[in-house]
Amino acid sequence: MNPLWAAILITVKLAGLTTLILLVLGMPLAWWLARTRSAWRIPVGAVVALPMVLPPTVLGFYLLVGMGPQGPLGWITNWLGMGTLAFTFEGLLVASVLYSLPFVVHPLQAGFAGIDSSVLDAAATLRAPPLDRFISVVLPLSRPALVTAALLGFAHTVGEFGVVLMVGGNIEGETRVLSVLLYDQVEALAYDEAHRLAAGLLLFSFALLLMMQWLGRRTALAHD
Amino acid sequence: MARVDRFAARPTQVRQAPSNDIELQLRLRHGTFSLELALRLPANGVTVVFGPSGCGKSTLLRAIAGLEPAARGVVRLSDQTWLDERINLPAHRRRVGMVFQHAALLPHLSVQDNLRYGWRRARGQVALLQEWIDKLDLAPMLSRHPATLSGGEQQRVALARALVSQPQWLLLDEPLSALDGARRAEILPYLEAIKREAGIPLLYVSHSVEEVVRLADYLVLLDVGRVIAAGPALDVLNRPDLPLALRDDAGTVLSATVSGHDANGLLSLATAAGTLYAYGPRRPDGAAVRVRVQARDVSLALNAHADTTLLNILPVTIASLSPLPGGQMQVRLDAAGTPLLARVSHQSVERLSLRPGLAVWAQIKAVALLV
Repeated sequence: MNPLWAAILITVKLAGLTTLILLVLGMPLAWWLARTRSAWRIPVGAVVALPMVLPPTVLGFYLLVGMGPQGPLGWITNWLGMGTLAFTFEGLLVASVLYSLPFVVHPLQAGFAGIDSSVLDAAATLRAPPLDRFISVVLPLSRPALVTAALLGFAHTVGEFGVVLMVGGNIEGETRVLSVLLYDQVEALAYDEAHRLAAGLLLFSFALLLMMQWLGRRTALAHD
Repeated sequence: MARVDRFAARPTQVRQAPSNDIELQLRLRHGTFSLELALRLPANGVTVVFGPSGCGKSTLLRAIAGLEPAARGVVRLSDQTWLDERINLPAHRRRVGMVFQHAALLPHLSVQDNLRYGWRRARGQVALLQEWIDKLDLAPMLSRHPATLSGGEQQRVALARALVSQPQWLLLDEPLSALDGARRAEILPYLEAIKREAGIPLLYVSHSVEEVVRLADYLVLLDVGRVIAAGPALDVLNRPDLPLALRDDAGTVLSATVSGHDANGLLSLATAAGTLYAYGPRRPDGAAVRVRVQARDVSLALNAHADTTLLNILPVTIASLSPLPGGQMQVRLDAAGTPLLARVSHQSVERLSLRPGLAVWAQIKAVALLV
């Protein structure tokens, strides 16, 4: 396979899986952050937001150490017979999930917090158990937030660079994503190819944000 | 506070109630506020919980509905226990219908789907759904979304939605308070229809005397999380020792029977205090109604005057006089065994030498005919 297609495939797979995992993990976390009155919501909220301000290389460095044979994560994966995760696709996936966490949790949290609690109370008095309420009331009412969270999570994972280099390195067909490929092309002074790739990523990001705006507008109109 | 405590210590009539009543004991703490009460409520008709904002009325309803999991005590309907020392059913397992102050319709569902939400989960019959759609006149709006409905329409949908979920107890949390006067008047007849036809007890929270007088069979007065008084509505409404009697709109509520009407729509009303006349919606002779006589509409005279425009003049005996904050005197009257209240000035009391035991004439400026 040519290196460009291999990188596209890896990138889409990584971003897609990351988004999926983050939606599953992020929903209960965001729900808790949006609804709890516990004092823990402040430190937990800060930890969730940390990847937004932390230099990606710092996150990548700690993950690399943590995933190594002496690190706690490495110890667990070794014990499970998986070897260490550093410089593997799975390692990259773990890193991406942490790196993009706030970009999925924050829109979900805002969406959940906007749901009128008396509507949920009403659903409860109409015999709907908790999971039923989540599926029949919370999910439909936070659909715009879900779409935003998924798109942001995906786009942000596609755009990661520092963490990938630290944790995944640059192995073709395994961990070499588009942003790293672009870096390689520039290093090799292959400016024509770099131009094409950069323009492609720019267009992709723009299209994604355009879609987000359009979907947001449409749901706003539907609620009027 | 001292006054409230004294009332709380007073025994209420609730203890002699029959045993198929609703048993309610609740303890709940919310920061500095605490709710603590023990009541037996009749298992039919409308019980109104009346009190100022912040007295815990809504918290009481939420605790009954299971929306306050920290509440302790007992909630027992004839054959069902929702809460006791061992049981604390979550809201979705209590067969309760709840109508919220702002309707709380599910905004993403049509009226039809809002109605079906609880109905489907309670496995209701199609006939039941149709019955309440008809009774609350919802057929024309079934496909509309809540956001396109007026406040009154939303509240009608909320009422129907609660009723088709087959509740055994309907809880209403100030359902009219978010509506203006005209909308309120539009909903009240529907509430009266529900009271007649739902066949389940209603617990209605309100801070409006008008709603109490129109709807209440049984009345609970609540203040800062404690029960001040509870009993049959007319008894509690007319008790002179309760804060209701000190309000600006204090008055007496009487049961009456329509005994005739003239061509202009003036109704004669037979009450225990004597015959009263009032204008109001046309009612058949023999219909049972309630009338309300406000203390500030009652004046006193030593002689019966024929040369007056007032129609309602009753012979009464003064039972007691007590000063009100603000300088007026509250006069308790005895009209053939029925209590009435009047408000007069200090000066008049002295000029006419009003005193307990004196026979006088009560001149009533206005009699409000209620349902």
